[in-house]
Amino acid sequence: MPGTIVDDVEIIDAGHGGGTPPPAGGDDDGDSSGSRRPVPRRAYFTALQLGLAAIVMFFMALASSYIVRKGLGTDWQRTPLPPVLWFNTAILLTSSVTIVVARRKLEGGERGAFQTWWWVTTGLGVLFLAGQIIAWRELAAAGMLLATNPSSSFFYLLTAAHGAHLGGGILALFYVAFRPWSRSRISQGTAAELTSIYWHFMDGLWIFLFALLTLGR
Amino acid sequence: MVTHESGGGHGHHAPPSGFIRKWVFSVDHKVIGIQYLCLAIFSVFLGMALSFLMRLHLAWPTVKFFFFKGGVMTPEQYLALMTMHGTIMVFMVLTTAPQSGFGNYFLPIQIGAADMAFPVLNMLSFWTTFVSLCVMVSAFFVAGGAPIGGWTSYPTLSALGEIAGPGQGAGETLWIVGLAIFCGASLMGALNFITTLIDLRTKGMTLGRMPLTCWTWFVTAILALLAFGVLLAACILLLLDRLAGTSFFIPGGLVVTDQVITWHKGGSPLLWQHLFWFFGHPEVYIAILPGMGVASHLLSTFSRKPVFGYRAMVGAVCGIGFLGFCVWGHHMFVSGMSPYSAFAFSILTMTIGVPSAIKTFNWLGTIWGGRITFNCAMLFALGFVSLFVTGGLSGLFLAQPSLDLYLHDAYFVVAHFHLIMGVAAIFGMFGALYFWFPKMFGRFMHEGIGKVHFWLTFIGVYAIFMPMHFLGLAGNPRRYSEMTAGPFLVALQPLHAFISVAAFVTISAQLLFLFNFLWSLKAGKEAKEENPWHATTLEWSIPSPPPFDNFGGREPVVYHGPYEFSVPGAADDFIPQHLAPELVRKA
Repeated sequence: MPGTIVDDVEIIDAGHGGGTPPPAGGDDDGDSSGSRRPVPRRAYFTALQLGLAAIVMFFMALASSYIVRKGLGTDWQRTPLPPVLWFNTAILLTSSVTIVVARRKLEGGERGAFQTWWWVTTGLGVLFLAGQIIAWRELAAAGMLLATNPSSSFFYLLTAAHGAHLGGGILALFYVAFRPWSRSRISQGTAAELTSIYWHFMDGLWIFLFALLTLGR
Repeated sequence: MVTHESGGGHGHHAPPSGFIRKWVFSVDHKVIGIQYLCLAIFSVFLGMALSFLMRLHLAWPTVKFFFFKGGVMTPEQYLALMTMHGTIMVFMVLTTAPQSGFGNYFLPIQIGAADMAFPVLNMLSFWTTFVSLCVMVSAFFVAGGAPIGGWTSYPTLSALGEIAGPGQGAGETLWIVGLAIFCGASLMGALNFITTLIDLRTKGMTLGRMPLTCWTWFVTAILALLAFGVLLAACILLLLDRLAGTSFFIPGGLVVTDQVITWHKGGSPLLWQHLFWFFGHPEVYIAILPGMGVASHLLSTFSRKPVFGYRAMVGAVCGIGFLGFCVWGHHMFVSGMSPYSAFAFSILTMTIGVPSAIKTFNWLGTIWGGRITFNCAMLFALGFVSLFVTGGLSGLFLAQPSLDLYLHDAYFVVAHFHLIMGVAAIFGMFGALYFWFPKMFGRFMHEGIGKVHFWLTFIGVYAIFMPMHFLGLAGNPRRYSEMTAGPFLVALQPLHAFISVAAFVTISAQLLFLFNFLWSLKAGKEAKEENPWHATTLEWSIPSPPPFDNFGGREPVVYHGPYEFSVPGAADDFIPQHLAPELVRKA
């Protein structure tokens, strides 16, 4: 810093991630007539990634507890997993495919087809949650309740925590479908992209949890 | 230099006009920052009132006071006060004021942004924090009163309900729920901070030109983002143990209050300790890192010198943040952990001494040979360094398992964490307030009262906490409400009385501060110029207080590093970050 005044100055180095892009750029111009500069589109993706990082930490804490608790004492009993879980898994994987199709349709400008595939995805998400509740009821009917055994405690806890996060995804799907996007800060396409990233993540998270519950019984 | 467009925006970005939208449910980061600071000031006085009662009882255990039922505080009441003091201070003061308060107000301005990336989320974050405070404080008013499990709320006693003591019923449940809500609030805040800092920096504001305050808010937000999710998971497990009869943390065969616990078995309280401290240690840095940033900022500004070793400072902050996630086990040396684990945690803990020493060395390097102005802000920054060193040195003692076994449950630890985490962080915040007050409110705080406040507080906290080291070495256990049991404790009683008197003087000094704060809002000397301290960062390029959208819709451009003081060849002893090179006057 010392020594130079003028030479030291590097003029307007926006750099990676530094600086705001021209406000009129892209499809994300909400209303720039106000005195505030619009938030760049990438901020939404940054925020989503950060949110996912926090969710990962939350589930890693639960998964670590699962592994530690299983290693303690001798009271761990294997919880029989209801077969409907395999069906649910297939449903969720399918929904990840349909959301990709929906986004392609939106990018191709086929709004009608987008709506259809988006609703199919939403329906599959609701179906998955219904399937999880069926799994709970089957397990409860078999006498495995929340407090019966640590393994069943974790089963209910992990599925409920995942279900709650997936429920958030379903709300996002509804939001994307219903919100009037003409006056918003981001376009419907961006919102659909963000939602689909979250949705795929919930899919992957379920595969991880299902593997933990199956292989780590 | 700066031209301000008329700030009248249109659409939903226009400044709100009604009282509710402007001051209550505001989405303006500056108002939210002030709301957080108000919440922290309320909480700090509440927490201080609780410590006042505790110190009163510790010094004169047999004297009757009308505000205790039956005249004398019971051990359970003492523990309830201790729990709530710790909780309120750690979460509602040390987590909110440095980061959410000052960070909210100044991070967007210092990086040249008009607001946080997600203003509504920001508002939601504050009001969630407010709900969390209400839920926690409501524990005082339910049957059984506030919980007695300490701010760490260790199972098994925190997981068993009323049987474990008064306050462990509804009070403890409210405490856990309040904490879980706080986790949500902190996660929202952290996400917003990081996104804002990554994506909303103005032209020219490269990472290497960010003020160190922003760097510390950034690292703090990353710590919060990664730590609070873990605490949330732990809170849910604990709630299930309490309410749903699960056994995550509760082993079998417990006998509590003459009753055999038969409905739980197989769990481990150590699992809670691991989860809690995996959050809890980063939490310590969440409290102290912003103070480090403020100290660096003030030492440089009021020594009229660049920060010594800016890059090393950034590296040290990142290093402390990273190591903060690797050392949680040093809180558990007395848990019976494997000596090999303890050794690893011990070495890693002492490694933190390296970045800490880099910071201290650089602070001294920054003020070395500088033209120092000893105003209130600078005094508190110097006080921060002093307290950080004093509190940090005892950390090296406690980092060694063999010493920690003896000292862990004694007053030595109380002295250590109060100095480094509590008081040092608070000194950082006092410095920040005296420094930024003219920017926030357009008036100065009274320097004379401020200096009296500083010296009383500075001497006061040393008088409170230095003797506690000796109490700890003498074996005085912490969390005890009376020292009347054994002869060796009775011998220490005069020291307790001394500490209590010192505490009362220090608390009185904070009333002086409160008076100064409120009086200066109304009648303090007006800050006529934008940049009264001749500082370099962007907040000093805009009016005081800043307009609704900070820069009047204009995007500032940054040409300089954050600490260009006394640059050779320049006419002025500071070069603001936004000053175009051709406008820098040559000597």
